[in-house]
Amino acid sequence: MKCQQCNKTATFHITELTKGKPQELHLCEEHARHYLTQSDDEPAVAPNLAGVLAQQLSVGQTAEELARLDQRMCPVCGITFYEFRNQGRLGCPHDYVCFESELEPLIVNIHGETEHVGKKPANYPEGTEHLTQLIRLRREMGAAVDEEDYERASQLRDEIRTIEEAAHKKNG
Amino acid sequence: MNALDLSELARTSGEWLRGSGPESDIVISSRIRLARNLAEFPFITRASQADRTQIESVLRERILAIQESGELEYVNVNELHGIDRQFLVERQLISREHAESEGARGVAINRNEQVSLMINEEDHLRIQVMHSGLDLEAAWEQIDHIDSLMAEKVAFAFHPKLGYLTACPTNVGTGLRVSVMLHLPALVLTQQIDKAFRALQKISLAVRGLYGEGSQAMGDFYQISNQITLGKSEISVIKQVGDVVPRLIEWERTAREFLVKESHENLHDKVARAYGILRTAQTISSEETMHLLSSVRMGVNLGLISDLQIPLLNELFIHTQPAHLQKLRGVELDTADRNIERARYLRRHLNKDNGDGESAN
Ligand SMILES: [Zn+2]
Ligand SMILES: [Zn+2]
Repeated sequence: MKCQQCNKTATFHITELTKGKPQELHLCEEHARHYLTQSDDEPAVAPNLAGVLAQQLSVGQTAEELARLDQRMCPVCGITFYEFRNQGRLGCPHDYVCFESELEPLIVNIHGETEHVGKKPANYPEGTEHLTQLIRLRREMGAAVDEEDYERASQLRDEIRTIEEAAHKKNG
Repeated sequence: MNALDLSELARTSGEWLRGSGPESDIVISSRIRLARNLAEFPFITRASQADRTQIESVLRERILAIQESGELEYVNVNELHGIDRQFLVERQLISREHAESEGARGVAINRNEQVSLMINEEDHLRIQVMHSGLDLEAAWEQIDHIDSLMAEKVAFAFHPKLGYLTACPTNVGTGLRVSVMLHLPALVLTQQIDKAFRALQKISLAVRGLYGEGSQAMGDFYQISNQITLGKSEISVIKQVGDVVPRLIEWERTAREFLVKESHENLHDKVARAYGILRTAQTISSEETMHLLSSVRMGVNLGLISDLQIPLLNELFIHTQPAHLQKLRGVELDTADRNIERARYLRRHLNKDNGDGESAN
């Protein structure tokens, strides 16, 4: 049997026992070592994630709707839904807000729940969305400067300062 | 780096390997990790080199400022040699992903290697605490404290409904992964291991084991961890894992008693042969080493071998891995030379009391 990731003989047969059926992996020594240490504390979720997503999206959506969904982009970090779907990793904290309805079924599928229970950061129990917006504001300010739109740039600078100063007070 | 001398570190072993924690004949280690991200920066996949550098410096400064839970030493992983990075992976102080990625990143490690804080892994910050034996509550107390100290001066991305926000939705909520590493050779020998796993899957715990050519997990080590991070508090996840482990321990002990009673000669023979090979082999792969050390480890725990201590065995599992052998030897070695060096290393450490260890070289 050949390694699933190269042409060498597969000498390791790993059974991934996560939810549902055991998943068989056949790998050479090098790839087995890589696989096991890489996902040391992560049950191999990335492929499952893609699978779950693909399944969800194919239900009740036309190709056209899918294409439109794939093009949706986060205004903060610029990641498209297509990119997320492909790599299984989000681009910034705001993605949980802007892709909320797409992510919810996925989250339910993984966790069986939709609401956090447990520890909260003492300084930000109400959330940090306003701080994440700094990513967008800083980028827009840079663009305004490049375009020599100084009025807009100084407006943005004030907005950024207000948020930063409030945060600074909080974090002592 | 390099306040932390990795070659020095190679000669020792981490606190979590000391083999003295609760139930440490069966439970190797208890590990807890928390995933955190700075609210003001994109996640790693969308972070520019400049972002990464800033994230690294914000978190590094905060880590060096808290200086709790023993002295934390910072290692700039980006500047390390390949072997040194792999060394930290074998040591379980950084992940393979962290070792192999690129750009600004680092890890802070405390002296006894119980605590590591990885910067710019899949998330901006991954805090890990590892204790010897079954010791989840103490590990949680320690990591909770470190996380709170970090959060006094930096804002971790948090959503009032979804909790801590992570690069992958599989970690959202608590960002918590609780793992217990178990040594279950008797459950494997008595072919009950699959049954044990099916029981765990029913309560959505993940089990991982490495399978060699046959059906036996490499070294008979299995890691049990939670998968769900949303909708369950840290304490209840820890309790869930902590409640299930004693049942597995009990199961393994029953299987060991059965083996001692029902096939004592076979068991003793298997253990004695494994010990014999490890003490005399001239070249040996890491897979065979793991397999044999596993039998010897069980033999020691059952009193079939009396001149060996568990901490030494735990250490041999780590020290016979490729990067450790090379660090200890002080030279780079290819696979064939590593197998020779591994055999030499084992002979030296397992023949100590008989005085023929050094001459075996
Ligand atoms: Zn391969
Ligand atoms: Zn985004």
